[in-house]
Amino acid sequence: MRPHASRRTLLVAASIAAVAALTACGSGGSAAPTAAAAAPSTLTGTVHFWHFFADREAAVIQSAVDTFVAAHPGLKVEVTAGQDDQKMRQAISAGQPIDVGLSYSTDQVGTLCSSGDFIDLSDYIKRDGVDLTQIPETVLSYTAFDGVRCTMPALADVYGLYYNTDLLAAAGYTAPPKTLDELADMAVALTTYNGDGSIKTLGFMPLLGYYENAESHWGPAVDGAWLNKDGTSAIGASPGWKALLEWQKGLIDRLGGYAKLSEFQAALGQEFSAENDFQTGRVAMNVDGEYRTAFIADQAPDLHYGTAPFPAAKGYEKQYGAGYITGNIVGIGKGSTNPEAAWALIKYLTTDPAAQVALSNGLKNVPTVHSAITDPSLEVSDQFGTFLTIFENPASQTTPPARIGPEYQTIFGTHTQKWQAGEVSDLTAMLDQVDSEIDAATKLQAGS
Amino acid sequence: MTVHRAPAGPARPTVRPSPATSVAGESRRPPSAMRRRRALVAFGLLGPSLLGMIVFFVYPLVMTVYYSFTTFDLSNSPRWNDFANWRFIVESDPLIGTATRNTLWFIVIMVPVRILGAMAVAWVLSRVKRGSGLLRTVYYLPALIPPVASTIAYVFLLNPQNGPLNVLLKRLGIHGPGWFTDPSWSRPSLTFLSLWVLGDVMIILLASLLDVPTEQYEAAQLDGANGWQRFWYVTLPHMTPILMFSLVTGVIGALKYFTEPAVASATAQGKSAVGAGTSTLLGWPDNSTLTYGQLLYAKAFGANLFGYGSALAVLLFIVTAALLVVVLRRFKAFTPEVAR
Repeated sequence: MRPHASRRTLLVAASIAAVAALTACGSGGSAAPTAAAAAPSTLTGTVHFWHFFADREAAVIQSAVDTFVAAHPGLKVEVTAGQDDQKMRQAISAGQPIDVGLSYSTDQVGTLCSSGDFIDLSDYIKRDGVDLTQIPETVLSYTAFDGVRCTMPALADVYGLYYNTDLLAAAGYTAPPKTLDELADMAVALTTYNGDGSIKTLGFMPLLGYYENAESHWGPAVDGAWLNKDGTSAIGASPGWKALLEWQKGLIDRLGGYAKLSEFQAALGQEFSAENDFQTGRVAMNVDGEYRTAFIADQAPDLHYGTAPFPAAKGYEKQYGAGYITGNIVGIGKGSTNPEAAWALIKYLTTDPAAQVALSNGLKNVPTVHSAITDPSLEVSDQFGTFLTIFENPASQTTPPARIGPEYQTIFGTHTQKWQAGEVSDLTAMLDQVDSEIDAATKLQAGS
Repeated sequence: MTVHRAPAGPARPTVRPSPATSVAGESRRPPSAMRRRRALVAFGLLGPSLLGMIVFFVYPLVMTVYYSFTTFDLSNSPRWNDFANWRFIVESDPLIGTATRNTLWFIVIMVPVRILGAMAVAWVLSRVKRGSGLLRTVYYLPALIPPVASTIAYVFLLNPQNGPLNVLLKRLGIHGPGWFTDPSWSRPSLTFLSLWVLGDVMIILLASLLDVPTEQYEAAQLDGANGWQRFWYVTLPHMTPILMFSLVTGVIGALKYFTEPAVASATAQGKSAVGAGTSTLLGWPDNSTLTYGQLLYAKAFGANLFGYGSALAVLLFIVTAALLVVVLRRFKAFTPEVAR
């Protein structure tokens, strides 16, 4: 027997595999598609379109795609529904020819643009004279990164305050709060307790992590800044965050403390079910997106409610009317084999007023071009109209794209969880620590 | 080292027969050629599995080690960054301590509790005279439920305010805890969940338990051994290999523990991972359920730090291998061969 022979063979095989692997990973891959000098007169071939929607919402997307295909008889669009961002990124990275990818999270724009997974659309936009002034600056800011416009906004999610008009009226209120102090006072007045001292119904839940209570969604109330232009954290130096968190802690204490609120939160209904606390009347006022209007119409049609911008903090009154904006983004995968047709589909979905109106009416999200927002065929209820106004408010904010994706928000959230639980005594030191952790992650991502 | 000497006897002929001719004049292949042929056949038979091993184990392992020294975004070529990822593990990652402690908790508490629970159920079922088939099915059934479904159902059952368990406790005058909403209860709650779905471990322990020869019990009884002594000196040595298997697979499972805490975290928050990204919903409440595997996933896919995620994966691989070596060596003393 010659054991050395097989061992040597194994070693050689492993070495070859390693060298092949290292060689393969060193290659840059094929060149990304570029825009032709002129748009083609007819579209042919197949477009592979991936998106995350499912069920009813996927049918709305399919309907828009069908309309587009009907106008281009030589073109076929193969739609793959129900694909989340991570799956889509892995597929694009693996070289799968995804022509059009629609993502739900603007948090991914930094990685999609900087990695080259989605190609730069600037040449297509310039060539076809797409009017970007139709789109608010805030929305433009979250669809590009570092000078690379690799996505276009499909539809937007806009956040504001929902309030139960019956409960407010019963407590003697005729209008929603406009300042955080008013919100706190109303929250206390609207809260009722059980015999054992536990909370029965709540005016407003001040705990972050509850449904859509997030730093980002509250941030416009204090003009909270996230990142500096160089990608470092701006949270510690932004005075609004401190004011916001101190206001939050004050309200937690006024409502009976963290433990009592946590106990109330523990029994919450699932967010996207008919048991949602706002829809059942457990909570009188709540932060949520415009899409909630569709859920209420479907699951709680008898609920009497209104919508308003989220209140502004003391000293930030000029912020009232603004809100948090995020939304769906769509781009061309770097492995696209039919980029011109892919761009034509993207242009249709994101800039054609009729397509935007059809999508908005079907999905109950906010259209991203002004011409669609003012289109008379857009279905606008009083409650939904609030979000259109917030959307076009120039003071509305978003969370900026970053190379580290949403990691900076996650880090901030980890600390605010401890803050609201009363585990932090020095808020300034905590915010400095947040800065330091975000900067360390950013530095690591930059390769140093 | 044993040295095999040639037996004493007639001296070997100084002239060897031709390699192609035997002493009897029969034709035969030279030993080295035969060995080569045998090696080739063996290699040919092993080839497919070796290829699979290279493609699915060696290649990813080599690449993961390589990526752990790079900045990598999954799309572009990795850039060498020396030990930056490794330094980040040691110096900068604020959550690695929490995630490691949580994972260790699951290894030290959940794995033994699950094995002991399965052992207890198996022991009871091995003594049931009537309806044992039905009871075995009942205990095994939860293990057949997909982990996502069983976890969601479990979180609803343990809802602190309107879940059946806390409602029952309230009727008994006990204020039930926030099972998945209180950081100090979330890990024990996941352990209870693992007890509920212990059917997979229970069934192999039961098989092993029923396999113990009854003569050995009778002999021990004749020697005056009491119940505990019969268990310790007869049952346990017989079951040691199965217990070791359960422990090893349990430890590996705990090191990779992901689905149940992720689903419990999202469900207890009243949120769905669909459309919101999974990595932002992990660890709730207060990172008490954040496991090492989840941290790895969140850093790689959430924060786009694939190089750092690779470093975490390599570290996990090393720790898993080291732990298994310790477990296997520790249990060597209890194997039936050694006991004899």
